[in-house]
Amino acid sequence: MSNVPEQLKYTKTHEWVREEADGSVTIGITHHAQDLLGDMVFVELPEVGRDLQIDVECAVVESVKAASDVYAPIGGEVIASNEALADSPELVNKDPYGEGWLFQVRPSNPDDLKQLMDATTYGELVAAESH
Amino acid sequence: MAKRTPLYENHRAAGAKLVDFAGWEMPLHYGSQLEEHRAVRTAAGQFDVSHMVVVDIDGCEAEPFLRRLLANDVARIPAGKAIYSCMLNPEGGVIDDLIVYRRAATHFRVVVNAATGTKDLAWMRRQAGDAAVAISQRDDLAMIAVQGPTARERAQAVLGGELAAAAAALGRFQWLEQDGWFIARTGYTGEEGYELILPAAEAPTLWEALRAAGVLPCGLGARDTLRLEAGMALYGQEMDEETSPLAAGLAWTVAFDPPERDFIGRAALEAAQAGGQLPRSVGLILEEKGVLRSHLPVRTAEGEGITTSGSFSPTLNRAIALARLPAGEGDHCEVEIRGRWLPARIVTPPFVRNGQPRYT
Repeated sequence: MSNVPEQLKYTKTHEWVREEADGSVTIGITHHAQDLLGDMVFVELPEVGRDLQIDVECAVVESVKAASDVYAPIGGEVIASNEALADSPELVNKDPYGEGWLFQVRPSNPDDLKQLMDATTYGELVAAESH
Repeated sequence: MAKRTPLYENHRAAGAKLVDFAGWEMPLHYGSQLEEHRAVRTAAGQFDVSHMVVVDIDGCEAEPFLRRLLANDVARIPAGKAIYSCMLNPEGGVIDDLIVYRRAATHFRVVVNAATGTKDLAWMRRQAGDAAVAISQRDDLAMIAVQGPTARERAQAVLGGELAAAAAALGRFQWLEQDGWFIARTGYTGEEGYELILPAAEAPTLWEALRAAGVLPCGLGARDTLRLEAGMALYGQEMDEETSPLAAGLAWTVAFDPPERDFIGRAALEAAQAGGQLPRSVGLILEEKGVLRSHLPVRTAEGEGITTSGSFSPTLNRAIALARLPAGEGDHCEVEIRGRWLPARIVTPPFVRNGQPRYT
């Protein structure tokens, strides 16, 4: 059964987005995405300071099986990337919504967040893909 | 509708992630491909390879037929032994690679790839013509590979009695047959172990008994990373109908002696050898973090090459690949990954032997 936390926002390309108290957002890939990819062995993250365009690929997660692009769910400047993943990419499998986060962005247009899916809608998308 | 092996329900019950492979619904992994890979390098794992095609070739002309059909020479093996070979087209390209077991002077068993089975059988029957040869596909059989440093011991414990003792006595590439069970000391992981061919109806019981004996079910994902670390060629990756065994690092499997044996593809291979420098089949180890894949461009001092297989090596904890490069001596190259040229070391496969990395 796929794990879809209520408080997060989602994209149809299986990224999750969490709004932080300071107005920044944290981004990762969903439980469903890591499950499809299998054991993660390499993660390539955007550099801090890079300006991301919404819906443009900005990171790559690679499992033993395949490489998969991560798309920016929101535009803005990268303010942090998860350095722990360089040595421990398996955190994306073990804790995709926690220690396996990918990067943080300061949104250039916070209204873009309204375009994202809520947990119910994303849960339905995952259920549809799983059948 | 995808085909299912006799072990399909066992895979479902074990939580396998099932994928389509050559028209078969097969386990990719049962939770973690990396764990399965490590189990085979350090203990024992089992693979359902019942999708592979078992073909019995019998008849008083079976031997001359196979000596013409295959690039390796079955005259080199006595009854009870197996040999690896490519089956070539007249242009020297590889129709398939296979293992052939000699059962008696006039009886052979061949195991070919699932994806190429139909094509292979058509080719074999066409080449056999009206020779005194019976070619029978054995869909009534299942096949389980048990691999790893403790695989033989654990399989013997499950087999029990005389069969265990006979299996223990097998040398590499030897096999035995008893009561419809066929036990061969062969494999595709670079580890010790057996490949067992048995009646389909008996396969689930054996599978579960092996599991109970501590043999971990492993999927096709681990099978691929294991064979890659062992430097073993995979049909469709390292070789195909346009690639000769000489260009795929498989020259050692072509028996040019005796010179009078006229196997299919021989003339083309001899012409290629006379025509000058053959490409170099090598292993690559990525010097930086990342993952190598197949079909990546490679740059060397002598020109451009290509990776034929690539992945992440769980044993080396680095990205590795098999590659076809222009002839040369260099030990460094660059591989293009997503528009960047990254340095890689050129090595001689295998990457791993007896569970241990040969390179760091």
